[in-house]
Amino acid sequence: MKILVCISKSPDTTSKIAFTDGNTKFDENGVQYIVNPYDEWYALVRALEIKEAGGGQVTIITVGNAADEAVIRKALAIGADEAVRIDADPKDAHYTAMQIANYAKSNGFDLVLTGKETINYNGSQVGGMIAEAMDLPFVSLATKLDVNGSTLTLEREIVGGVQVVEVSTPAVVSCAKGMAEQRIPNMRGIMAARTKPLQVVAPVAVEELTSFVSYAMPNAKSAVKMISPDNMDELVTLLHNEAKVI
Amino acid sequence: MVLVYVNSANGLSKAAFETVTYGKKLGDQVVVITNGSASSDLLSTLGEYGASKVIVDRSVDGEDAQQLTRLVASVAQGNGASTIVFSHDLIGKAVAPRLSVRLNAGLVSGAVALPEGDGSIKVNVFSGKAMGLVKVNSSTKIISLLPNSIQPEKSGSACAIEETSGNAGSAAIKVISTKKPEGEIPLPEAELVVSAGRGLKGPENWGMIEDLAKSLGAATACSRPVADIGWRPHHEHVGQTGVAIRPNLYIAVGISGAIQHLAGVNGSKVIVVVNTDAEAPFFKAADYGIIGDAFEVVPKLTAAINKFKASQN
Ligand SMILES: Cc1cc2nc3c(=O)[nH]c(=O)nc-3n(C[C@H](O)[C@H](O)[C@H](O)COP(=O)(O)OP(=O)(O)OC[C@H]3O[C@@H](n4cnc5c(N)ncnc54)[C@H](O)[C@@H]3O)c2cc1C
Repeated sequence: MKILVCISKSPDTTSKIAFTDGNTKFDENGVQYIVNPYDEWYALVRALEIKEAGGGQVTIITVGNAADEAVIRKALAIGADEAVRIDADPKDAHYTAMQIANYAKSNGFDLVLTGKETINYNGSQVGGMIAEAMDLPFVSLATKLDVNGSTLTLEREIVGGVQVVEVSTPAVVSCAKGMAEQRIPNMRGIMAARTKPLQVVAPVAVEELTSFVSYAMPNAKSAVKMISPDNMDELVTLLHNEAKVI
Repeated sequence: MVLVYVNSANGLSKAAFETVTYGKKLGDQVVVITNGSASSDLLSTLGEYGASKVIVDRSVDGEDAQQLTRLVASVAQGNGASTIVFSHDLIGKAVAPRLSVRLNAGLVSGAVALPEGDGSIKVNVFSGKAMGLVKVNSSTKIISLLPNSIQPEKSGSACAIEETSGNAGSAAIKVISTKKPEGEIPLPEAELVVSAGRGLKGPENWGMIEDLAKSLGAATACSRPVADIGWRPHHEHVGQTGVAIRPNLYIAVGISGAIQHLAGVNGSKVIVVVNTDAEAPFFKAADYGIIGDAFEVVPKLTAAINKFKASQN
């Protein structure tokens, strides 16, 4: 099975979030980038498990600049066979998805996996967009994925529960918690990653449908009001009269 | 006109009323598109929130996002929709992105407010650690609205229902089985949430958390390590790598308040923290704090809530 795993970088979860250029740009100063956890822990690791069980190939793809190759090497160290970098700024989700779909269409994959969302923009958009651009079925928020020939059996989250569904390949799947366990790359993986193929592909022209005008930090919280553990009636009164939430 | 997609598969939820209210406040005529077998009487109540008409395709069960996308796209194009509104829930997250590609329409994902004067729309970014204003450059716009972002408002009366079919094609996804635990409040939509962390020491101690949740009518949630060790189900895990929620009230018991946890809950209107450690970082993000042992504080709080509820009746 030929699997394409979409990888995004995201700031380390402990990064301080700040903006520059009159609050129009994310301040990358001192920010450490990691592989977006959903892409790494769930999509990539499950792809590797499927390959280990049934053979095939795992290709990772990212839309980004040369500086993002560190993140690509990390994903290769975990075990992907090869990488593709579309050489462009991932302007918005639509732009990014159209680049990936364009590559995927001409390279014949059985399965395209994404993470559930990125932890920086949390849009949950790219997977569905790739699927539509390729006219393929899309199973979102899958927590389990099994392959049986050309049939995929998936467990997915639905409103208020879980569901088991089947779909034929080729298909696009977004991966959520439960699908696999995080893998820590070992020394051999890290060494091997240095020499694995990394192809750089020029982007296609795509209209920018959305753009960020500016950013802002949330309003600072007012100071916390401390309440004695022996006075829960007071808390209930405050929640009712002051906060008006019960 | 504004087209609002409403998921009516489990009846009409608050999210449905929120999205129709939002569409109405955009200032144009609102048409609702839905699917499935909800009764016409029920669907016509969407008129009270501002819908002028509800279009329903009874032949589409809504399990396949590709099929739903074709349905919404054909109604949008047939009616000349300038804006299409979804709830940013599981269905919205699956359908809105597809529709964006199909209609070449920019998508604002997870909107938390109505458009500003210049048309840009506020969304949470960096898992709620910051906010951004997004502008749509295309003439057709798609907005998916984060649950609990606006209050539903009644502005009209029951509206007409129109049936449609034949534009959605067939479904590629085959449903084998569906499991829906009874009586649980879905976490992303819950207005009140009681959450607990590793401070509870073990899964056998969650009874008091469930009791508190029950007395409030709240959903339950947990921190990541608690879901990881299997004390609680995965779908209860909130935070940067779990569910992001913004309830009216979030009560955090025995949770330290790590930055990744806060990222998923700091949109909550009011936060109450119960922790034995006065230095726990969560107190900095809290509105009300109680330094104390969960095993003593939680039962007392439940008793106080029950007393309050009884006095209200
Ligand atoms: C990439 C990444 C992503 C992550 N994503 C998430 C995420 O999405 N969600 C998430 O929650 N975490 C996430 N984490 C983990 C996060 O960093 C914290 O480790 C986690 O939130 C801590 O959980 P906790 O507060 O339950 O446990 P602890 O940090 O162990 O805190 C337990 C708290 O309970 C208190 N306590 C102990 N006994 C009692 C008592 N009897 N009564 C009252 N209080 C008591 C203690 O004082 C302490 O503050 C992530 C981490 C990483 C690296």
